[in-house]
Amino acid sequence: MVDESHPSCLARTASAGSRWHKNRLRTAALSAETTASGYGHRVGAHVEQSAGRLSQLRQAVAEHPPPGPTRPAFWRSPLRGPWLTSVFGAILLIGIPVLFVTGLLSYAAYNPELAGNDKTPGAGPLAFYLFDWPTSPTWFYRVNQGLHVTLGLVLVPVLLAKLWSVIPKLFTWPPVRSLAHGLERLSLLLLVGGVVFEFVTGVMNIQYWYAFPASFYPLHFYGAWIFMAGFVTHVGLKLPTLVRSLRSGSLREVARTDTAHTRPEPPDEHGLVSPDPAPATISRRGALAAVGGGSLLILALTAGQSVGGVLRRTALLAPRYTDPGNGPNGFQVNKTAEALGLTDAASDPSWRLELRGGESMSFDREQLLGLAQHTAALPIACVEGWSTSAQSWTGVRLRDLALLAGVSEPASVLVESLQDGGFGTVRLRGNQVLDPDSLLALRVNGAELSLDHGFPARVIVPNNPGVHNTKWVKRLTFEV
Amino acid sequence: MHSFVQTYGAHPLHLVSLLVSFVVAGFATFQLLSSNALSVAVWFVGAAVLHDLVLLPAYAAVDRLVKGRHHDRIERSRPRPWANYVRVPLALSGMLLLMFLPAIFRLVEGYEATTGLSADGYAWRWLAVSAVLFVGAGLAYLVRGRQHAADG
Repeated sequence: MVDESHPSCLARTASAGSRWHKNRLRTAALSAETTASGYGHRVGAHVEQSAGRLSQLRQAVAEHPPPGPTRPAFWRSPLRGPWLTSVFGAILLIGIPVLFVTGLLSYAAYNPELAGNDKTPGAGPLAFYLFDWPTSPTWFYRVNQGLHVTLGLVLVPVLLAKLWSVIPKLFTWPPVRSLAHGLERLSLLLLVGGVVFEFVTGVMNIQYWYAFPASFYPLHFYGAWIFMAGFVTHVGLKLPTLVRSLRSGSLREVARTDTAHTRPEPPDEHGLVSPDPAPATISRRGALAAVGGGSLLILALTAGQSVGGVLRRTALLAPRYTDPGNGPNGFQVNKTAEALGLTDAASDPSWRLELRGGESMSFDREQLLGLAQHTAALPIACVEGWSTSAQSWTGVRLRDLALLAGVSEPASVLVESLQDGGFGTVRLRGNQVLDPDSLLALRVNGAELSLDHGFPARVIVPNNPGVHNTKWVKRLTFEV
Repeated sequence: MHSFVQTYGAHPLHLVSLLVSFVVAGFATFQLLSSNALSVAVWFVGAAVLHDLVLLPAYAAVDRLVKGRHHDRIERSRPRPWANYVRVPLALSGMLLLMFLPAIFRLVEGYEATTGLSADGYAWRWLAVSAVLFVGAGLAYLVRGRQHAADG
């Protein structure tokens, strides 16, 4: 079909073919002459000649892409063009950096500089920006992760639309025009491979589908850096095009134009505008509305899990669509005691909390309840984006426990849980120990902690990632 | 400078920015591949390949089926007047299915034990959302579609 619409294509093939043929004869004659007269300046002429032949061959190949998607006329959507691509690009240009920064902040929130905490210990220079993770504002990690996950989901339609809009470039012919072109295409593999990899691993992880080939943390972290290396270069190279293309069209004009009046963008040098566009079956405003509507739909169906309260029930497809129960302990559980096989160990009446530091001592639960109790209203916020509204936790201040252990200014505390592996052992920094709202909680919302929320005792620290609020604590070692 | 541009194909800054990016990406790739290298590499490249060569052609083919072929571009064929009122909800519903595949098809065995929540209902809720999208589009078609078709 594509061939028939371009009879001139065939004619050009024939003429190029004969040009190429003549050239070959000429070169053969030339090399015979070179051999006869020995090597001299003619070798230079020979090289030049074959270089010329090569470039003609290259040109002939370049002008005649094989049938199929490598031919520009294969792509017939009248909507494709630099303006439309730039609209999607501009949205991603704002959204992707937000995802990256919130992702980097989440890494910092784990205090990876403290021994044992880092899930990507090889990060080296990629961890250049780390800082002591603060305990205030208390809502920050919650908002950060809600934003990271929800925005990521919301950008899926925009990303798909952007990739659709540039798909002809994947089949650009010839595949490599120059060294510059080849390198740029390689960086596009980082960009496209990276962005799809990041979105897929993220979307799978929040649904607990750990089918990817390694731990989520290094995959998503290093994947992000590879992607961003491609992204920054791409933005650097394309920003002028983006600005120019956006100026070439008008959103207002597009908003006024229905399907019948929708025309292709003017021919472009980027190869996005179809040379043989089909009549429009949807207007540009319709396509943009569909993409934007998709984003709003995803927002509506997921954001509730990061807001909580009555809105949780609006997150129809989000992993944390419902609460696990009613009553004081009826809020979101990261991992249940049963899933970790801790039901017996955590309900064992002989449980004692071990304190270590300057001195070693242990407390049973009654003794802990006999110490000064403090109440703090703090949310649980998970790296997966879901969170709870603030719960009222009651227990002993970590700084009081540090003092009891004989450490008045701890640099860190090693928190050990009955849970083996995973986040069963974490370190918190001194500032987190000393915050007056940092607790070893024994009660929540006026009731005993449930097993799933960490009975007999759990850590709760303001602005701390959920998995660092260790449940089923058995030992606290305060370190100077 | 001119000869550099001719040989390389772009301004030297183009090369510099790409090389810097490759250094960063190269280091991250080295770390990324530190465990289970082959599978991770397959996932990374496979992500782009699956999207570009499977997902996109697949949804484009479905879209062509829905909107109908362009028979002849000289005699401008009219799109099916209802096409967009099927394409759009179909695209949105399909996208939700793809995104929430693990929940909808209950691919995660440990979900209930982990979260303490019921894994039931995702398929039904997805169907319900899809039904709302299609019914909404159908109503929009009844209200506006015919008029649009009449306008051409």
